[in-house]
Amino acid sequence: MGEFNVHRVRFFDYMPSAIRALAFQPQRERIAVARTDGTVEIFNRADCFFQEKVIPGRQQAATEALAWVGDRLFSAGLNGEIIEYDLDNNKTKYTIDAYGGPIWSITSNKQGTHLAVGCEDGTVKLFEVHEDRIQFERNLAKQKGRIISLSWHPSGSKIVAGMMDVIHIFDTETGQSVQRLLVDRGVGTSRSQECVVWSVVYLSDGTIISGDSAGKVKMWDSRTGTLIKSHQVTKWDVLTLSVSQDETSLAVGTSEGHVVQFQFLSMVLGQEDKEWVRTRTFKNHTHDVRAVLEVNTAIVSGGMDTQFVVRPLLDKIDERGQASALRNIQFPHRRLVSCARKAGLLLFQYPGHLELWRYYSNGEEHICCSAVSPCGGWIAYSTVASFRLYRLHCENNNVSIIKVSKLPKVLSSANQICFSSDSSHLFVASTLLIFYLPSSSQGSGQAINLLAASEDGKWLASANSDHEVQIYNLNKMKPHCTVPVHSSGVSAMAIHPTTNNLFMVHADQQLTEYSVEKKQYTDWSRQVQRHGLHSLWLERDTPVTNVTFNPKNPAHIVLHDMYMFCIIDQTLPLPDQRSQFYNQLTLRSMPEKERKKHSHAFKMCKIFKELLFVELMEDQSLVVVERPLMDITAQLPAPVRQKKFAT
Amino acid sequence: MLPSKQRLFQERPAYFSKTMFLLCASGDLVKVFSTSTEECVHVLEGHTGQVTGVILNPTNHLQVYSCSADGTIRLWDFIDGILIKIFVCGWPIFSIYTQVSKSVFVSPENFQLVALHLPKVPEQEVEAREMSAVLCNISSNPGSTAMGRGGEYVASVMGRQLTVYFFKKLKTYRFSLKATDKKGAKNAFTCVACHPKDDCIATGHEDGKIRLWRNFNQKKEYTYSTQHWHHDAVGTLCFTTEGMHLLSGGVESVLVQWHCEEVNKKDFLPRLGGAISHICVSPDGQMYSTSHLDNKINIIHCSLKLSAVIQGLVKGNIWTDLMIDPRTRALVMNGRPGHLQFYSLQQDKQLYSLDIVQQEYINQEGLDQFEVMRAAFSVGGTWLATVEERGRCTSDLESSLKLWVYNEKAQSFELNTTITAAHQDRIMHMCFSPSTETTMLVTTAWDNQFKVWLLGLDSDTQKEHASWSCDYVGSYHGLQPTNCCFSSDGSLLAVSFKEVVTIWSSDTWELLTTLCQPPGPIRELCFGRLSCSKYLLGTTAKNLFCWNLLTCSLEWSTPMDVCLLRSDPLSENVVAFSLHSGNTDLFVFRPSEPRPLFTQKAVCGGKVQRCVFSPREEPLDSCDERFQWLNRSRLYFLTELMVPLLVDDSVAVTPFYLLLGKHRQQQEEKQNSGVSQAADRVQPPQASVAIKELLHTPAHVLPAASFLCSMFVNSLLISNTGKGKEPAEQVEESEKEEDDSEEEMETHDYEQEVRTQGSVEEAPPLLSKAEEKELRRVRKTDFSWVTNLASS
Repeated sequence: MGEFNVHRVRFFDYMPSAIRALAFQPQRERIAVARTDGTVEIFNRADCFFQEKVIPGRQQAATEALAWVGDRLFSAGLNGEIIEYDLDNNKTKYTIDAYGGPIWSITSNKQGTHLAVGCEDGTVKLFEVHEDRIQFERNLAKQKGRIISLSWHPSGSKIVAGMMDVIHIFDTETGQSVQRLLVDRGVGTSRSQECVVWSVVYLSDGTIISGDSAGKVKMWDSRTGTLIKSHQVTKWDVLTLSVSQDETSLAVGTSEGHVVQFQFLSMVLGQEDKEWVRTRTFKNHTHDVRAVLEVNTAIVSGGMDTQFVVRPLLDKIDERGQASALRNIQFPHRRLVSCARKAGLLLFQYPGHLELWRYYSNGEEHICCSAVSPCGGWIAYSTVASFRLYRLHCENNNVSIIKVSKLPKVLSSANQICFSSDSSHLFVASTLLIFYLPSSSQGSGQAINLLAASEDGKWLASANSDHEVQIYNLNKMKPHCTVPVHSSGVSAMAIHPTTNNLFMVHADQQLTEYSVEKKQYTDWSRQVQRHGLHSLWLERDTPVTNVTFNPKNPAHIVLHDMYMFCIIDQTLPLPDQRSQFYNQLTLRSMPEKERKKHSHAFKMCKIFKELLFVELMEDQSLVVVERPLMDITAQLPAPVRQKKFAT
Repeated sequence: MLPSKQRLFQERPAYFSKTMFLLCASGDLVKVFSTSTEECVHVLEGHTGQVTGVILNPTNHLQVYSCSADGTIRLWDFIDGILIKIFVCGWPIFSIYTQVSKSVFVSPENFQLVALHLPKVPEQEVEAREMSAVLCNISSNPGSTAMGRGGEYVASVMGRQLTVYFFKKLKTYRFSLKATDKKGAKNAFTCVACHPKDDCIATGHEDGKIRLWRNFNQKKEYTYSTQHWHHDAVGTLCFTTEGMHLLSGGVESVLVQWHCEEVNKKDFLPRLGGAISHICVSPDGQMYSTSHLDNKINIIHCSLKLSAVIQGLVKGNIWTDLMIDPRTRALVMNGRPGHLQFYSLQQDKQLYSLDIVQQEYINQEGLDQFEVMRAAFSVGGTWLATVEERGRCTSDLESSLKLWVYNEKAQSFELNTTITAAHQDRIMHMCFSPSTETTMLVTTAWDNQFKVWLLGLDSDTQKEHASWSCDYVGSYHGLQPTNCCFSSDGSLLAVSFKEVVTIWSSDTWELLTTLCQPPGPIRELCFGRLSCSKYLLGTTAKNLFCWNLLTCSLEWSTPMDVCLLRSDPLSENVVAFSLHSGNTDLFVFRPSEPRPLFTQKAVCGGKVQRCVFSPREEPLDSCDERFQWLNRSRLYFLTELMVPLLVDDSVAVTPFYLLLGKHRQQQEEKQNSGVSQAADRVQPPQASVAIKELLHTPAHVLPAASFLCSMFVNSLLISNTGKGKEPAEQVEESEKEEDDSEEEMETHDYEQEVRTQGSVEEAPPLLSKAEEKELRRVRKTDFSWVTNLASS
């Protein structure tokens, strides 16, 4: 496999932002994640929780809550605005002001006809959902104090609002408050502090479950307005609640970073009387759990420590495999680093700026993609609103940047940018595919999230979030062919410089190789499909985010995910299910002749810390961009103090 | 004569009946304690093997089942202490569980849980062989199996698997835990308990976690919640009667009360004693009881207030000698860690526990904590000297010598002087001087010195406060002293230095003489008592020596491997234990003569570690010469297994002995003794049947007491009949010589007849010999003529 000079890069201070809200769309199994910087990410539950889309945020956006209405996604934030997202183009569709001050919560009814928002001024505002817009309908009876949390009764006739020290139940027909539930404050010093009802859930049997800042989860009977049961879950705050679709399980997120599960169980087996019983506790977070979701077979949680944790419920999963693994998503499933292979430059993409050797600043809008040309002479980036191209001159440590003006109008924004290998072409993709220098464009339905240009400048491949992969002939400037749709999205792809095979890695860790010229899968790819991949390969829980090739050895393909990088040697046989997968050490101890018999195509390397980027340079040196998780945790604010045993 | 095992240990869990009584298995007995007075109310005896389980009869709360390793289950009425029924099962039974509706579940030897059908027949002893297997491969620990709500299911844990068996559906569910998770948790189960009202199973684990299982009638959708407080394995779990609380305990000796409704809330009752081995709750939920590994039962009110303590002889590491407190005649030895226990052998209960170390004991393995290593009483019991040590394993030894004075007012010992680092090294031996004039203590240590400590008034400080100080430091050629011993008058001190015994004058601290009898270092040293006080006894690995101190020469020696030598303070007797082919032999002798008074081969298995003579409250008048050495004292000794044994004589047959009917003792002896020993024993007289009859007849049908009294006395005289015959035979022989012997003989008979009659009616006035002769002659004379006269 050879040896490489390794450039270990640790000066990319990538810092993900905290997760603020989660919302689940059960029909299409999409999970929307809102971060504190306003970014909204869409994960596909069915496709190994692959991060399909990223809608970049803005500086002032303080998203507080998310709500799905059918396929449409809404968010509301402390800036008092309701935003609907255009999920096809990965951008904001429109923004309307609710005129009620900061919005703390937004929720839709089950019928999908209305949205309710809870505002700082104490009003619950109902919005009617129209085909293309939402329309303010009316205010429910105004209360004193802010509306922190909201939940619709599944019938849609009632809505429950959590406030400070009190929970109100509103009748949506009359708009009047029909019940008022007083919530106890905490004991001791917190006695003087108002009790914040952080989260409420209205169940179809009329039970209301509330989580408050006194650390209690309370079950109420909404008809009589009485407290049924109170569980002291934590000494700190209960921040979020989520009930499963069938209303038998409840997940509770706390300030301690614990997720506590409650289950609706019959106390005597075989009898109908059921009670909410506290069962499991998951301790996967170090900081506040701000959002939690019960997704049929798993509990998804996110919080201040920026991790997106998928905790599978093993009792609901039949067999061991992809679905039964604990997932901890820290890094985005896309590239944040681009590399000028020939010039040896690295471009780091931060939310607010780009870094190429030196700080390079942008405005208030967040960057959604960036690229540096292989020769190092061009930098291109795009925000939601605009696209920029810069000419770069590097001479003896003097870097000068000249903005290229007079870009064509059609280049308003982009999802993905790619330079051709000789830097003569720039490919910019949004929903349209645009070839710039010289310019041309091509249309498609969904936002494109990956681009790959061939070395010889003849081919360009694009993948969108519908898992479709299109190949274009750049000479003829028209589509060449479509790769058969795989069930899982493409997480990384590249066109081989010599054979012009398109190598794709999918979110479910499958590998495919497609011959562009023959318009069919290559023999190697078919062999992989027939033979199957090793279970240890399939059980990895982070997707491959970059594919490159070894210019010296065309049979070598270099891949990496968060924890490892790997060289696949296509000349060697594939590993058997029984054979040892991580076999480098054993091979080293074997005599030369024996080695041949035992070696297989996958050479794994795990010596690096959490990886953001790996690229093989022209001179056979390896550039490795590491971002140790320890450094991220060190930058987080201090968690709530907990007494640990023996400290 | 046989050593009898003292049943001092409450080995098995305790069970409540109502709140009044607490039942617990102790050896082959079941003891019934009163929860309010802590007294043992009844002893249910009858099992011939170790009692392994006690459980209340679910259908009759005045009855209790007990199971035993002898293969029987017995049903008792524990209020009156009556055996109701015996069910013979045939296999040793390890634990017992009951179910309201059906039969009893027992787990016999081959680790199976079987349902045993108890036949309903009027006979007292019943064969119960009808059984059906329920679960196989269960743990032998009774705490690892529990009956569920209403007896609908049974839960059992073994290794890392929980098995639940539903009786109605005849279905078994098994739940396994992984060996370890990433954090290295030890997931093995240790105990299980079932909620009485809900379908909830609580399991305890090796790493201290408690899991509450629900929905366990499903293969996949079962669920459990985990609680963690214990830092070490959970020892036992128990739900309260109403199911409101879960009680747990372990090595920490803290009773933890978990609230079932509010899982985060828990209450604690700390410092209960040794590790908690069992918890049980009274049927009305008012009382809890915790059994501890150090032979203690705490009775706790449900508000977590300690209400009573039943403390047996504390089982633990014993470093000190067995001692008898001269005041209370209590046995003194190591008790709780850092304490000395005062245990009354007569009343079979702990009098009190004296905190020597006066530091909190931390219940955690591997900690080096202070322990009481040596203790000694002065002759009158006024002074107690203790040595505590820490760091024995490591090089940095910390030790201190403490002297305690008995305070009459407080009725307990008070600390008088603490001497830290009294010696450079470990203190090996110490003894008080028996002389009444001076209060003196001698300590020998590994730093090649012996020190003499004297109680003196400190002139600088207050006059009343007398404290101890070092008076003399002695050594001999840099050798290590091992033992020291004062002569009975306190004038001489013998200290052994390896092979050499040195004799010192206690007045001048002058080395008077040395005695040396190689080979081998001296192990034990002991002065004779009373008339033998001129003798000094010493043992080496091979020999037992006796020196005469008047001549300073060896009086006698005998080759034997004595492992323990003790003298009886109340007599000249000295007891020596010698290990011989795995068994210990007992010898009793007087120093004045090298011939043993009493020998008992193989008095027990294993090496005898400690022994002590305990003075009797009243000296016995044993007729048997062999046991006269036990007349004034009892001998207690401890073997390696820390089993206390008592050498008990079969006491002389007194009327009280018969009246009080110590049949238990006889039975025990029968069971325990071998054939050869049975022959040795003095057979008790057979007259007890009459006494029994007498005692069992209601008082109002009995004849007058005056009448009975003579009969009773008569019955006591039966033992003399054999002796009575002897003179009769002698008389017969003499009669052959004499001519008029026939007459004599008859007189004798007559006399006897009169005597026997006398007990029934008034005795006729006694006649003089001449008158008798006259009377006989009158009888012999033919009076037929009178009839003729009459007929004529």
